[in-house]
Amino acid sequence: MQRMTDGVPRRPLPTHPALGGVVQLRTGGSYEVDSTSLALALMAGPSQAGEWCAVVGVPDFGAEAAAAAGVDLTRTVLVPEPGEQWLEVTAALVDVTALVVLHPPPRVGEHVAEKLGARLRKRGGVLVALGAWPRCEVRLTTAEPRWTGVGLGHGHLRSRQVVVEARRGSAPPRRTTLWFPGAPAETHLRPVPAPAPDVHPAVVAAS
Amino acid sequence: MRALVVWCPDWPVVAALAEETLPPKQPAAVFSANVVQAVNGPARDFGVRRGMRRRDAQARCPEIAVLAANPDRDARAFEDVLAVLEQLRPGIAPLRPGLVALRSPGRFYGGEAEAAAVVAERLVQHGVWDCRVGIADELFTAEQAARRAEPQDSVVVPAGESVPFLRDLPVEVLEDPETVGLLKRLGLRSLGQLADLGAGDVLARFGRQVAWVHRVVSGQGERLLAERTPPPDLEVHVDFEPPLDSAETICFSARRTADAFVERLARQNLVCTELLVQAEADGVVASSRRWLHPRWFGAADVVDRLHWQLQGSLRSGEVRAPVERVRFVPETVVPDSVHADGLWGGTDERVQRGIARVQGMLGHEAVLVPVLQGGRAPADRQAMVPWGERPTGLRPTGLPWPGSIPPPAPARVLADPWPAALVEPGGRPVVVDERGAVRGEPARFRPSADEPWQPVAAWAGPWPVEELWWEGTPRRVARFQVVGVDGRAWLMTYDQAAAESVWWTEAGYD
Repeated sequence: MQRMTDGVPRRPLPTHPALGGVVQLRTGGSYEVDSTSLALALMAGPSQAGEWCAVVGVPDFGAEAAAAAGVDLTRTVLVPEPGEQWLEVTAALVDVTALVVLHPPPRVGEHVAEKLGARLRKRGGVLVALGAWPRCEVRLTTAEPRWTGVGLGHGHLRSRQVVVEARRGSAPPRRTTLWFPGAPAETHLRPVPAPAPDVHPAVVAAS
Repeated sequence: MRALVVWCPDWPVVAALAEETLPPKQPAAVFSANVVQAVNGPARDFGVRRGMRRRDAQARCPEIAVLAANPDRDARAFEDVLAVLEQLRPGIAPLRPGLVALRSPGRFYGGEAEAAAVVAERLVQHGVWDCRVGIADELFTAEQAARRAEPQDSVVVPAGESVPFLRDLPVEVLEDPETVGLLKRLGLRSLGQLADLGAGDVLARFGRQVAWVHRVVSGQGERLLAERTPPPDLEVHVDFEPPLDSAETICFSARRTADAFVERLARQNLVCTELLVQAEADGVVASSRRWLHPRWFGAADVVDRLHWQLQGSLRSGEVRAPVERVRFVPETVVPDSVHADGLWGGTDERVQRGIARVQGMLGHEAVLVPVLQGGRAPADRQAMVPWGERPTGLRPTGLPWPGSIPPPAPARVLADPWPAALVEPGGRPVVVDERGAVRGEPARFRPSADEPWQPVAAWAGPWPVEELWWEGTPRRVARFQVVGVDGRAWLMTYDQAAAESVWWTEAGYD
């Protein structure tokens, strides 16, 4: 019954396979993330399936990283500075795009979130909030990032291992360790095999 | 039917000089791949010739203006000449930029030489100083006659006199170096000698082109003019009486004109993809802007562009007086079949409308589409194009771009870099010397003034880049990847010349 809110069935959206174990995007849902890379990874699934995506309030969007994560830039629109009208702009974009990434201003009220939530359910959109968002369905956080490939004055950043934690309401969190972004030659996002590979000593020592 | 040929010598150079607003007597040449394509009279006096390399040309004439070849520009500039000629006589046949044929007006201007004088006078009035006219029975002879005329003068080959005229011409008029060389080696110096050979032999030995010339010189040539129909006038304008001073009223009043504009194009089976919108106030064009559309302009798009443009120019004070006329000029039109939607749908109409609504709320430049391009800094490697415009002037991505940071790309590319700090254990800032060597071991850093200090867990670099060293004030920067103990990585830049701080954060690997 919960999936039938407002009479519109909640359709699962394509989600990046590596994140599949933690979260499944569904139309009408709002998701909170704390990292831009995570938001890009969530965008990648619907974008590759041919949907339009919008990014609101993110003036420092890294187009190259988005393309590497699998986002189709030709079906992506950015509104870097929505200003006071962020809610109207987001609502207008929810009407026409499948997924909207929003960097909300601080302290968004419950009623505002509920209003936008109703719009999302009606239009079958998805909101990915890059920052605190009340009443979100799933809260994704990254922890314990470890970079490989870089030492003290040599090498360069290659890939990052990160623990992604998904909290849904009061249920116990689901955790998974990902390579994010992966080594250039391999897929850009993949689950870590059981024994964690070697991390550079300097990074291990520091973290 | 006699033919009149107008020849404007060195047209690519004339067109390029006019576009660059250089004086017409300036020695100049048009280059393509560093080889002279066309050269004008003053430069020719210095010994510059077609096919010469650029450095040779510059050695002979140091003040030569080096112009880039652009066939579109030549054709565009020649369009004005065609328009002038079309006023004199309909049914003209442009042969190539710089050369146009028309049916000779006969006795209408009192004689053929007089007609040529009228043509030359009109062209000189329009700023084409060097134009030469040739009139003869058929096209090839008329062209050769024009090439033998003095500037602003004409050569008339009387009716039936073509064959004696052509027989005296040297074989160089064939303009094909290979054929000319072959003919000369065989001892044929003039077209007359060529004409004395048998038609079958000429065809077998020299090919079709020379055989055709042979036929003309033998007095059997007749090439019909392929006339052009004058292009339809697609430009529309709307006058306001009394003049209006508010963007909203102007757009409201221009709506019907925009409809008529799109309608008129549609009747020709055309759609406009590049539009010039001009607003006139006090009798002068006060605001003029060129708009590109990723698909084509509908009537609502035209009104939107007018609205954005007027809002901007009224705010900036570009338009001071009330607007009395708005003009829509289609700069590029394409057949509508090119842009017809595929059977299974093209760009989503619904998405277009929704995004246009956001543009209406925030302004045209507030909705952007990201595009990748080549560059060194992460911010240079992407471009933001306003929705509805086509990206122009992108740097190619395929080149190696030495000094760029290896992938993965940072997820956050700061639009304005943050002033940062990176210090060695003693607390002094880490510096990069002239040779690109790092002085001091990075120990602590702060990506921005709002973030707390933290120890450096790992760092990589420098990736030194020296930009614009040819412009006098080089910008020498070195980029570093810095990982803090909290696991977050940043792309930091050392810029010695910057005023506020020597360390900047350009991007974050968030």
